[in-house]
Amino acid sequence: MSDAQGAGDVILAVEGVTLSFGGVRALNEVSFDVREHEVRSIIGPNGAGKSSMLNVINGVYHPQQGTIRLRMDGALREFHDMDPHEVALSGIARTFQNLALFKGMSVLDNIMTGRNLRMHTNLLLQALRIGPAAREEIEHREAVELIIDFLEIQAYRKTPVGRLPYGLQKRVDLGRALAMEPSVLLLDEPMAGMNVEEKQDMCRFILDVNDQMGTTIVLIEHDMGVVMDISDRVVVLDYGRKIGDGTPEEVRGNQAVIDAYLGVSH
Amino acid sequence: MAVDIRTLDTFPKLLAHHAQARGGLPAIREKALGVWQTWSWARFADEVRALACGLAAHGLKRGEHLAIVGDNRPRLYAAMCAAQCLGAIPVPLYQDAVAEEMAFPIQNAEIGFAVAEDQEQVDKLLEILPVCPMLTRIYFDDPRGLRNYAQDALMSYERLQAAGREFDAQNPGFFDAEVAAGKGADTAAMFFTSGTTGNPKGVVLTNTALIDRAQAAAQMEGLADSDVVLAYLPPAWIGQNIFSYAQPFVTGYCICCPESAETVINDMREIGPTYYFAPPRVLEALLTTVSIRMEDAGSLKRSMYAYFMEVARRVGARILDGKPVGPADRLLYALGDVLVYGPLRNVLGMSRVRVAYTAGEAIGPDLFVFYRSIGINLKQLYGSTETSVFVCIQPNGQVKSDTVGPAVPGVELRFTPQRELLIRSPGLFKEYYKNPGATAEAKDAEGWFHTGDAGYFDPDGHVKIIDRVKDVGRLSDGTLFAPKYIENKLKFFPYIKEAVAFGDGRDRVCVFINFDMEAVGNWAERRNLPYSGYVDLASRDEVYVLVGECIEKVNLDLSQDPELANSQIHRFLVLHKELDADDGELTRTRKVRRGYIGERYQPLVAALYDGLRSVHVEAQVKYEDGRTGSISADVKIRDAKTFPAAAAKRAA
Repeated sequence: MSDAQGAGDVILAVEGVTLSFGGVRALNEVSFDVREHEVRSIIGPNGAGKSSMLNVINGVYHPQQGTIRLRMDGALREFHDMDPHEVALSGIARTFQNLALFKGMSVLDNIMTGRNLRMHTNLLLQALRIGPAAREEIEHREAVELIIDFLEIQAYRKTPVGRLPYGLQKRVDLGRALAMEPSVLLLDEPMAGMNVEEKQDMCRFILDVNDQMGTTIVLIEHDMGVVMDISDRVVVLDYGRKIGDGTPEEVRGNQAVIDAYLGVSH
Repeated sequence: MAVDIRTLDTFPKLLAHHAQARGGLPAIREKALGVWQTWSWARFADEVRALACGLAAHGLKRGEHLAIVGDNRPRLYAAMCAAQCLGAIPVPLYQDAVAEEMAFPIQNAEIGFAVAEDQEQVDKLLEILPVCPMLTRIYFDDPRGLRNYAQDALMSYERLQAAGREFDAQNPGFFDAEVAAGKGADTAAMFFTSGTTGNPKGVVLTNTALIDRAQAAAQMEGLADSDVVLAYLPPAWIGQNIFSYAQPFVTGYCICCPESAETVINDMREIGPTYYFAPPRVLEALLTTVSIRMEDAGSLKRSMYAYFMEVARRVGARILDGKPVGPADRLLYALGDVLVYGPLRNVLGMSRVRVAYTAGEAIGPDLFVFYRSIGINLKQLYGSTETSVFVCIQPNGQVKSDTVGPAVPGVELRFTPQRELLIRSPGLFKEYYKNPGATAEAKDAEGWFHTGDAGYFDPDGHVKIIDRVKDVGRLSDGTLFAPKYIENKLKFFPYIKEAVAFGDGRDRVCVFINFDMEAVGNWAERRNLPYSGYVDLASRDEVYVLVGECIEKVNLDLSQDPELANSQIHRFLVLHKELDADDGELTRTRKVRRGYIGERYQPLVAALYDGLRSVHVEAQVKYEDGRTGSISADVKIRDAKTFPAAAAKRAA
């Protein structure tokens, strides 16, 4: 387990966020914060608004009310109506529940796409692979190789992603997100559909990312065992509202959370 | 490219020599971050120097032991040499051993210093610290995951080297004096042999022993500093260590460390080793991968492969051995080489292999001939940790699938009347560490090492190993009975999974057979033979015919060997259940427990020798959940075709 003591100042603050789709309130005045270097989980039953929350942070949805502030250059700054591209530029990367990889491309190339934002030479130079473009590619290749080494997928470097088993594809997806060198990493159900061994591996990678790269992690996950094991703090959502917030122990003892998960007789 | 091993009598002196003579040539490569990174001999020597000085600064003394735990890594090989520079003794430990297994060697050799590859190995060492209080320093190569470890014992490889460089600067003459003080008779390394019973034994090998044997084999094969070897087996096994440490130190060739265990095949293809060593199971796994990919190929490729492999089977090995072959066949083989064998060697990463060895266990003739027929000079060798590996090697042009070749120069061989192989060689071990009892048992007063292996010289003077001495028996007419030899011959057939041979003290040999459910199941499906399961198939006459054919081939083979012609199999039965470790019939490593099976199936054994055609049995079986049940069946017994002994045949 990563230590809460490593957690620092608030890096991401969500304040009073409300998101509606027509008459449906997906998120209702949700507020929480994420501290630097911590593993922060968002849990809740199906339809609680977890993925919506991630999409709001990610810039896919723009909330009707509320603000999101992200620390940039040492100060928390509010960000308004950013699109995903701008969010990514500001240091937030994510993985996807249903994977978003180029199936026909190799593992190496897929992770390389994560470096896209950091490439500065223009398309023409890159296509001709001359001058600064060649130098830049070598730099990026090195960064990608470090990630491949980190995730222990050396054996699949040149394999098309579509041919890999699901658990490994998830790992590549994580690698692609890491290639951005994000300050905050959003993980949308990284363990969904995995067997026990794959889950253990993934837990280890998440904790290592957190520990060694100092990346702040926001995690959505269904597997309670995993969440309770690796999180520093947990937010619980139910029907778009926040019903609990605290350390895994606190959340586990929270009556509202127990009711939401186990149901309650009326 | 021979070095003078009388003056360069230790590994550190050899390293200094190579750093001088071929400082710029590659000594060791490792694939890291997708790129092969090379240490030249000069760099290797520099790394070792810093490391040795660091260890000295931390108090490692002459005669003490240094544990080395990890996979093939340049830094771990450097650590081996660093210890030797100080006159300390490196003890490589198996990287896949669990923590408790590491405790014994560390306690036994009172190891105070260890170099570990990564977090996994460090964790294991830390786990056994309470029972190994003498272990005070652990150095690690790969820092990943170790950032938050606060144990005092831990230190990174870089910091150790930095300490060494400082120490070296303060004590300028120290390192060279330490290296010069080393003698050939000093212990160079200690390897723990995996004891099947009781604790492992530490085999103490001197510089002279290892260097002499490495040199003898290198000269025999004409190895040079241009050769390249891939180091992919555990370095704690002497079968790897001799090829990736002792021999490169003698000849100056380059070794390559793969990126990870999963990338070995790829890395091998990139490197293209010229000198290769693989136990039969590795060769078999490679062949299986090839066969599976071939089955997925298009029909044109498949038929081309089938056709040219048949050509290769007929003439390939003969061409390799330089025996006469007709011009038409030569032409066909040359065509096959362009179309099939060349590409195949390339896929296997063996395009450049000049010399390849296999050893460790008996190799199936089909497997062996496959590699030779496609032009890979695969040969067998015989040796063990106690003999610094090289005892017998098959010379080029004299390769057979069932012998291990004649003695390597310098080795004396002898067989006891019980057929046990005795060895006297400059490469023999000094002793088992702190185990004079075992040492005296293994090495007699005249310096003969008792191998425990039984065998004999074949007519060409090659050594043929047939079994362990303790398992070899005699038929009632006094001729040799080697059950494992017969069983292995049977098991080389893909249809036969296990075999149990009986014959000790009896007038003839009979066997139990377990067929391979997958292979025979497929075979039955192809023949439209319906069956419900193993027990059903085991009672089919068709299966008896299939097994009978395999036995017939074994008998024909045995009849060619004057020593074993009487061991031909006369009668056999197919067991109604698969032998299982849960029922105590196999050991956990899947060796048959012949004695126990003989008692358990006593009625069947009796029936084999009584001449009955069928016998009813009931057997207890233990299910995986611990319950027991019983299987009853009528087991058929059939006679097998036997052949007159070869001598008689030749006369006729």
